[in-house]
Amino acid sequence: MSEPLLKVEGLKQYFRINSHFTVKAVDGVNFTINPGETYGLVGESGSGKSTIGRSVIRLYEPTKGKITFDGRDISGKMNRETEKHLRTGMQMIFQDPMACLNPRKKVSDIIAQGLDIHHICATQKERNDRISEILEQVGLAPEHASRYPHQFSGGQRQRVGIARALIMRPRLIIADECISALDVSIQAQVVNLMKDIQQKTGCAYLFIAHDLSMVKYISDRIGVLHLGHLVETGTKDEIFTNPIHPYTKSLLSAIPHPNPEVEKSRKAMSYDYRAFGVDYNKGTEHLVNGTHFVLATDSEYTDWTKNT
Amino acid sequence: MQKDNLILSIRNLDISFQTNAGAVHAIRGVDLDLHRGETVAIVGESGSGKSVSMKAVMGILDKNSVVNHGEILFTYQENGISKTVDILKMDRKTIRHTINGRHIAMVFQDPMTSLDPTMSVGKQIIEGMMLHEHIGRREALERAVSLLDMVGIPEPEKRIKNYPHQLSGGMRQRVVIAIALACDPDVLICDEPTTALDVTIQAKILELIKKIQADMGISVIYITHDLGVVAKVADYVNVMYAGNIVEKGMIDEIFYDPRHPYTWGLLSAMPDLDTNDERLYAIPGSPPNLMHERPGDAFAPRNIYALNIDDRLMPPMFRVTDTHYAATWLLHENAPKVEMPPELKERILRMKKEAER
Repeated sequence: MSEPLLKVEGLKQYFRINSHFTVKAVDGVNFTINPGETYGLVGESGSGKSTIGRSVIRLYEPTKGKITFDGRDISGKMNRETEKHLRTGMQMIFQDPMACLNPRKKVSDIIAQGLDIHHICATQKERNDRISEILEQVGLAPEHASRYPHQFSGGQRQRVGIARALIMRPRLIIADECISALDVSIQAQVVNLMKDIQQKTGCAYLFIAHDLSMVKYISDRIGVLHLGHLVETGTKDEIFTNPIHPYTKSLLSAIPHPNPEVEKSRKAMSYDYRAFGVDYNKGTEHLVNGTHFVLATDSEYTDWTKNT
Repeated sequence: MQKDNLILSIRNLDISFQTNAGAVHAIRGVDLDLHRGETVAIVGESGSGKSVSMKAVMGILDKNSVVNHGEILFTYQENGISKTVDILKMDRKTIRHTINGRHIAMVFQDPMTSLDPTMSVGKQIIEGMMLHEHIGRREALERAVSLLDMVGIPEPEKRIKNYPHQLSGGMRQRVVIAIALACDPDVLICDEPTTALDVTIQAKILELIKKIQADMGISVIYITHDLGVVAKVADYVNVMYAGNIVEKGMIDEIFYDPRHPYTWGLLSAMPDLDTNDERLYAIPGSPPNLMHERPGDAFAPRNIYALNIDDRLMPPMFRVTDTHYAATWLLHENAPKVEMPPELKERILRMKKEAER
């Protein structure tokens, strides 16, 4: 197996509110992403999935843990070269396509901002060529470059967001809930576009979402996050056919099926962290098989595997 | 379903909005019926007019709206006498005093913005009861406690003194539902009640609304874009596109025998957990801008099955069965025979098989 593109070991991200209270948003998370693959991160709101994305791209200063990107340690203080490597090699797509595009800038300037900052294009022509090439790649026309964000529909705006991430030819793109603000029929378009781009450019995705059914479509491997702990991780088949952790099971059972006869009588499984008496801090990683890990104590593990 | 059980009937509703850039024709002739104890779902993308038509029912349309024509007939019982009124002909104040909250209540999308952060939960629940039913504070508070208990909030006596920020998202939405139910309404309108919530909580809230509906015998209108939610709750489905209802029918008819190409697209675009398809089906293009009127079927530019006539004439509602109607020229007797996409057909077969098991 080749060297993973991103390796996150024991990542902890705490936010100190005051001297008595610290929010442990991410509490010891390990995962790896290989070149060209998609890792889906799912969990409910407040589980720390966005925080992980932001820590990885260094919008936050990680409290503890080691993040290795492309063989370089990016978790502590970075030297200039490493920082440049990170800022060009890793890009992010945000959730709300309206809020993340500057309304006073033209689309061409929004997309090319990365090029301008890193002085990548020597001539104006090279810059323009690169912009129209990327616009075409995301399914927009080159003449869209001179428009402003408000002249686009929601789906097109998200394409601009994707174009901005792609122009640096990154090795890893962090997509933070990038489809949840879009309409159902547009979501499918964007997901298909992201898949096409991956095939063409071979970039890897960290796909953060709360909707397991979409995650299943795009991901190779999935990590399930709850209260800052990665409770289960594995390939998508391992997670979907053989979920071990009760939280994963409840997430899977909560997906509504578009089948009225079945759905009417179906009851979703509930999972209450406190009622189950699970303490994530006590759990250790148990290997189920292959790459399928679950966070549990020994007795919990035997309990959960017995029932299935 | 008998005819006399009809509570709400919308006929040929047509609404536009005056904006600086011109008139936006948001609702273009909507018909909708709601019977007692029934659950009706309105499905569509954002901007299809589903929320606007329900706001018209509540009499809370924005100030720049113009009702071009149409009527909304609402039948309710007052002191044992059955009364029918046209909501569009009433002024706002009368609607607020006689209909809103008392007979038609609404649950909004985001529980954080629909609750008042400066008022305790209890006070917000009893507000409507004291106003509409003229009961005392103590009695109202007692009822509020039992309401909170009914919507599944533990320790209601303590929670009643809480403020919205002290509750989680799911709990807040339960409070909003309790407020809506405070005056025993006949109709509950849920405008995307679970979109702002997590999937696990979504399932709980939907089950709760279903249970309450069965216990109290109220009618519910769901506005949603999620067909999974529709499958769980609805009896009757209306599919909206660009201000029109393009297909309506009983839930089984819409899911197992859809006729309109837009409904085909919506059903196909739902991610399917049972297959390992590499690509998702996507409806090409994007929803139309309602500011520009174009002749013919609004869906035609995105429709691969569109006929020539779709560019000239708007299709009328064609009858499939007595309960199932679709507005597409494909159902006309002279139209070429077009079948739904094979992938969808296969999926529906699989769904039927699953249902039999």
